Parts: sequence; structure tokens; C-alpha cells
Amino acid sequence: MIETLASFQSTFSTLWVVWFFLLFTGIILYVMAPWRKRGYERAGEIPLRDEPPAPRR
Amino acid sequence: MSATGYAEGLAAPATGVPTAVRVDAYVEAPIRAFAIATIFWGVVGFLVGVVIASQLAWPLLNLDLEWTTFGRLRPVHTSAVIFAFGGNALFCTSLYVVQRTCRARLFGGDSMGWFLFWGYQFVIVMAALGYVLGVTQGKEYAEPEWYVDLWLTVVWVHYLVAFGGTILRREEPHIYVANWFYLAFIITVAMLHIGNNLALPISLGHAKSYGLASGVQDAMIQWWYGHNAVGFFLTAGFLGMMYYFIPKQAERPVYSYRLSIVHFWSLIFLYIWAGPHHLHYTALPDWAQTLGMVFSIMLWMPSWGGMINGVMTLSGAWDKLRTNPALRFSVTAVGFYGMSTFEGPVMSIKAVNALSHYTDWTIGHVHSGAMGWVGFVTFGAMYWLFPRLWNKKGVYSEKLISWHFWIATLGIVLYITAMWVSGILQGLMWRAYDENGFLQYSFIETVAAMHPYYVIRMLGGVMYLSGALIMVYNLWMTVTRGESTEAAPALVPASAVPAAAA
Repeated sequence: MIETLASFQSTFSTLWVVWFFLLFTGIILYVMAPWRKRGYERAGEIPLRDEPPAPRR
Repeated sequence: MSATGYAEGLAAPATGVPTAVRVDAYVEAPIRAFAIATIFWGVVGFLVGVVIASQLAWPLLNLDLEWTTFGRLRPVHTSAVIFAFGGNALFCTSLYVVQRTCRARLFGGDSMGWFLFWGYQFVIVMAALGYVLGVTQGKEYAEPEWYVDLWLTVVWVHYLVAFGGTILRREEPHIYVANWFYLAFIITVAMLHIGNNLALPISLGHAKSYGLASGVQDAMIQWWYGHNAVGFFLTAGFLGMMYYFIPKQAERPVYSYRLSIVHFWSLIFLYIWAGPHHLHYTALPDWAQTLGMVFSIMLWMPSWGGMINGVMTLSGAWDKLRTNPALRFSVTAVGFYGMSTFEGPVMSIKAVNALSHYTDWTIGHVHSGAMGWVGFVTFGAMYWLFPRLWNKKGVYSEKLISWHFWIATLGIVLYITAMWVSGILQGLMWRAYDENGFLQYSFIETVAAMHPYYVIRMLGGVMYLSGALIMVYNLWMTVTRGESTEAAPALVPASAVPAAAA
């Protein structure tokens, strides 16, 4: 059993690299999707919206 | 329990006037205490740093007393600056930020805040007492014995519950990126702390314990912990701080929210593997060393992603650096972050490490990160927070912030340049051979050669400490003499206004 697994070790190592590459590409594609732009702009504003605007000087 | 307090807070502004105030909607008193503790432990930590730096230059200052030897005071310094100063700063800002960006009261309310505060201060005092009295596990940055470790675990689990609970009851649908970094810090530190401190005490009444792992496994677990203490305590946590306070100070959103997501996930995935670079050319298997090196080099990218995001937030508002000295702290901090996260990957390369390891170069690297990044981003946040937490119009003296900034910056520059020269000199002297293949220098010759740099380093530390004392005076005057703002309008979550009007 362990010998069979060991013989696959280098294949699994390679596949692990491929899997991480795909995962990272997936994250990039998910994040960069153009239709998410407005959502991100809104999210970026959160810290600026958490208290009333300062009175004008 | 706290839900009632929250409802009462909500019920208060029944007038429907847009200026309605939801007083006490956010937990603030324990956060004020954390802010004071941050400053207090900062000064203590810097002071002990100056003391031990002086001991290295003038060994007489060890005083020939076991309690004041370098070996016992050094962990007092490292724990005071990392866990007491840095830890209180993280508690303070994370609890402040999570409530505001989630627009929700802290889960567990004031009592939770106070438990976290006193629980954590108890950890600090117990740990420091142990160091001075010689009670230690001998693990760097994890010196406290099992009884302190257990208590810290209790406090930390409450911290996770309070932070996570606040996120779960949020009114804002999106979880702001600062909270991701804070949450990653809290969860990972819990995992690291438990993993590295698995130990069996001799008996329940005895302070001494024996670790579960031994030999090279123990070393690997220790540096898996040690480097991720850097990665998640001193980096992820303080990036959370950066992602809230720089946009606040610059009054503009973070440069790229997309970049923050990509660099968050890359940082989280990569950091956890970088630890073995602390064990180059040891009994650790070669492949593990190489793995640590490769992941450390890859870390350069997400680190700089964070730096770019922080600095570029100012694009179009650079003039604020001239008028806002507190913002200068935060932005310079990000600059130091960029510098030390470039230096780190370089030092993790085995060929470079063969020269740099065990020398003062490492100490210089750590301090450009700790004093430049962690210290400065905290000072920037504290100058912003103090007037708001005490409802003051502003910091007592902007000019004194400027003085603090320049004295501290100069101190850091003296410190790190001295350590670069000293470290490289040390490394070169250790590896120098004469024509017969004998080591050219005895060890004591290398120690003697360090002396001038140790004096310069001590001066750098004195300057950094002096800057901090100016900050203490400035913040003290802010709290006691500062002009108050009227009726605490800063407490209203944005959502409360339409809710009250409806």
C-alpha cells in the first residue's frame, strides 16, 4: 500500500503545483471580473462611511 | 446580555432628528484602556531595549545580579514590545475597527472588553515576572511556561469569540478587508500558540514543563511558530490596522480593493511555509530548508502588494503628508514595511543566510520591521485614535508629533545602519581563514570589533525612546487639556440615522 502511494508521490507533487496554480488563477479571475468593480468601490468606502461627515470649516 | 445594552442604545434617539446620537452604541471604555496600555508597554519595552543594548556595549551593566542579566532581560524586551505594545495595539485597534466597519456593538459588550483587557495584562505581567525570575521554556518569543500559556489560550479564545461574534452580528453586508487581516491574525496566532506550546508540566504545582516534541522536530515547530508570529502577529494584524487608519487619515478609500483581496490570500497561503529559513544549514532536511527559502522569496510579492496598496492610497493626496504628521507616521511605516519585506527574502536565500545568520544583520532586519513598520503604524493609529476616543478636537500639539517623527526616524536609521555594518563585519570575520586554513580571528576579537556599533545602536534606541516620551506627553496633554468636541457625535453608526428617521 505505502509503496504504491510512494510511487505516486512525484505525480501528486506535480499535481499539487498545478492545483495551486489553478486556484490562484481562479482567485485572480474571480477578483478581476469587471462586474465586481462597483461592489469593490462600495466596500472600499466602508471605513469612510462609519461616522457622520465632519462639520464644514 | 449585551443585547439589552445594544437595544437601549438604539432606543435612545427616538426624536428622529438626523443628529440623533446612539450613545454607547460602541464599546469604548476598554478600548481606551487598551490604548493607554499600548503606550505604557511601548515605553517599558523601548526602555528595556535601551538597557539591554547598553549591556551589550558595557557588560558591567549586567550588575552581576541574576535578575538583571542580558539573558533574562532580553525576553522582557522582546515580549514587551511584541506582545505587550504590539498586542495591546492590536486589541485596541481591532476592537475599534470591527465595531465601526461592521456597524455593530462588540459581541459580549463592555464586560467582554474588560475581560480581554485585564486577562491580557495578566498574561503580560505573569510572563515578565517569569522571565526575570528565570522561569522559561527556552523557546524564543514563546518563553512563558505552561500556566501562562493556558491562561493566554483562554483569553485568546474569548478574543476570537468577541471579534467573530461582532462580525456575525454586523449591519454592513460586506466584511471590510481590515477585518479579514485581523481575523487571520487571531485564528492563526491561536493555532501557532497551541501547536508550539504543547508541553507536560512536571506536576500541577510545578512551573517547569517538558515539550512534546524534541530535537529537529521541536526546532521546526518552534520556527514554524516563530516566523508566523512575524507573519500573522506583526504583519497581518498590523496590515489590518493599515487598511483602516490610512484611509481614515488620508480621507480616501484604499487604492485597490482588488489588490487587497489578492495579496491577502497570497500572504496567507505563503507565510505559513516560510519558517524553515530560520534553520538553514542545520539538522533540518535539506528539502525543507529549500522549501522555506522558496516560499520566503515568493512572499516578496504579496508583501509588496500590501505596501503598494498602502502607499498608493495617498495618490492625489500627497500634500496631506506635509500637513498631517500623524499620517506621515503611517505612510513611513508602510515604506519600512516594503523595505524589510524586501530584505527578508534576500536574507532567506541560503547563500546570503550563510553570511547573515547568527549575526547582528538579523537584529537590524527585525528592528527595521519592528520599529519602522509595527511601531510607526501604531503611532500613526494612536495619534488618530486618542482624540477620538476621548472626544477631543485634535492632538494637543502637531509640532510635537513632527518632533517625535523625526527623532524616531533618525533613531531607526542609526540603529539599522549600525547593525548592517556590524552584522556583515561579524559574518565576514567569523568565516575568514588564513593561508594555513585556520580561522583568522578568535571569537573575542569579533566581539571587540562590534563595540562602536553597539554604542551607535544604543544611541538609536535612546532616540526612539525619546520620541515615544514626547508622544506620551503629547497624548497626556491631549486627554487632559485638549478642547472637547460637543456631545460625542462620532458614536453614531451611519445606519442608525436612517433607522432612527424611519
